[in-house]
Amino acid sequence: MNGAQVGFFILAGLLIVSSLWVVFQRNVVHSAMALVAALFLVAILFLTLNAPMVGVLQILVYAGAIMVLFLFVIMFLNPIGLEQRRRLWWGFGALAGLLLAGALVPVLTNGDAPRDPVVATELFGGPEELARSLFTDFVLPFEIASILLLVAIVGAVVLAKREP
Amino acid sequence: MIVDIGIVAIKAFLVLFMVLNLAGLLGWVERKGSALIQDRIGANRASIFGFAGMGLVNTLIADPLKFLTKEDFVPPSGDRFLHTLAPCLALFPALVTFAVIPFGDVLYLGDRVINLQVANLNVGILYIFAMGSLGVYGLVIGAWASNNKFSLLGGVRGSAQMISYEVALGLSVIGILMVYGTLELQEIARGQGALLRELLPESAGFLRATVGWLPAWGIFLQPVAFLLFFTAAVAETKRIPFDLPEAESELVAGSHVEYSGGKFLMFFAGEFAEIVTAAGLMTTLFFGGWQVPYLMRDGFHFPWGASILLPHVAVVLLQVGAFTFKVLFFCWLQILLRWTVPRFRYDQVMRLGWKMLLPVALVNVMITALVVLYMQHNP
Repeated sequence: MNGAQVGFFILAGLLIVSSLWVVFQRNVVHSAMALVAALFLVAILFLTLNAPMVGVLQILVYAGAIMVLFLFVIMFLNPIGLEQRRRLWWGFGALAGLLLAGALVPVLTNGDAPRDPVVATELFGGPEELARSLFTDFVLPFEIASILLLVAIVGAVVLAKREP
Repeated sequence: MIVDIGIVAIKAFLVLFMVLNLAGLLGWVERKGSALIQDRIGANRASIFGFAGMGLVNTLIADPLKFLTKEDFVPPSGDRFLHTLAPCLALFPALVTFAVIPFGDVLYLGDRVINLQVANLNVGILYIFAMGSLGVYGLVIGAWASNNKFSLLGGVRGSAQMISYEVALGLSVIGILMVYGTLELQEIARGQGALLRELLPESAGFLRATVGWLPAWGIFLQPVAFLLFFTAAVAETKRIPFDLPEAESELVAGSHVEYSGGKFLMFFAGEFAEIVTAAGLMTTLFFGGWQVPYLMRDGFHFPWGASILLPHVAVVLLQVGAFTFKVLFFCWLQILLRWTVPRFRYDQVMRLGWKMLLPVALVNVMITALVVLYMQHNP
């Protein structure tokens, strides 16, 4: 095991712990903070995979903006006491977990020697490379995604501003 | 290998040392400066063997000691874990952001080339925004964990304000990124070493003759962006006129009502470290970073033809000195601002952010994009 692998296993271990913390924590604010930690760790994983742009955007968008809005809403609603256990959700959760396991087990047990995923140059994952592919090969999906987001924003404003 | 790691460690230590100490010094500047503005004498009580040193001893030694020996109070109905975590979350982003701000050009030491910047990331400016966007957690979590309605109101105000001004802050910098064509702060600082007449097209003869002698600093190329950036950066540091999260006339002390002792000191130090970082960013993006006008790698070359050659060490020292001087100037400007203007009302803060700064920033981006496109087609 070389240094990069040791780093990966430490990161992955912390990531699993913080993700479990998100699920099993009864206090919603603690749960949200654990999710921030998980997103931060995923960003570091991206950094170790030579994709600093994706890593930084992960922090900027998810940890820095979306989770702050989550917290904002939690603080506004201020749920008194702790989240109650819900039996029905456990059923859904178990089903989703089984499906995911069904998809993951064949991948993990297929016996092929794992390839080193990082065969990339210095430029791979940098801002120039990302921008070039976004604005040449993927310009149509990129624009469609922007329009989708715009529609969502306009929809939210219309719903919020609706006359009683 | 060992030497390389050592060099990085020394650079990281130096930057951290400078930011933290400057944060401490700014505490003194703030107290003494406010006293000067309000016609008082100000902090002058603590002395060591009769030496009070304009109150400098006071703020550098007595204040932290006093903070650290006070009772660390956690509200009984609050959340002990998050209450302790919040000050760390407030201090962390303010301290790590300075890592990508260059404080000098390269230093040649023997056959080594040392880049005078802790971390040269190719996503430089995005890293700063990413860390800046984490700064809001210290405030919000601390406010929530205190279980106090005043602090909760402060936290809600703070999170809304910081998210709003992050948008304007990010958009105001886009113009600079387009002009210099890079996200790396070291490259932006190097790009500002040119003169304006080297950037202007041949056809703009009048402009070349009149303002061509100016260095190509961000302030000359993007003046509107600087005003937007300065306003948004002050709003991000949550100081007057944007200190709504802790408006003491309305919310006692807002988001840190329930903080005392060492934890309050961490919030306090975090705020001053944010000032230092904001000053470093203003310097790097708009005022040439470590550039001294007309100073090239081998000495001064004035636009009228004269030149003074200097040894390498003198050039590096001048550059680092210029950077420090500019940073100190912007720290002072931010502190002066706090004691000069009154606080906004909350609706005014929101209106300024969304209805004035954001549209102006968007128009600035559009115009800059058109000019850059025109210049690329008509060199």
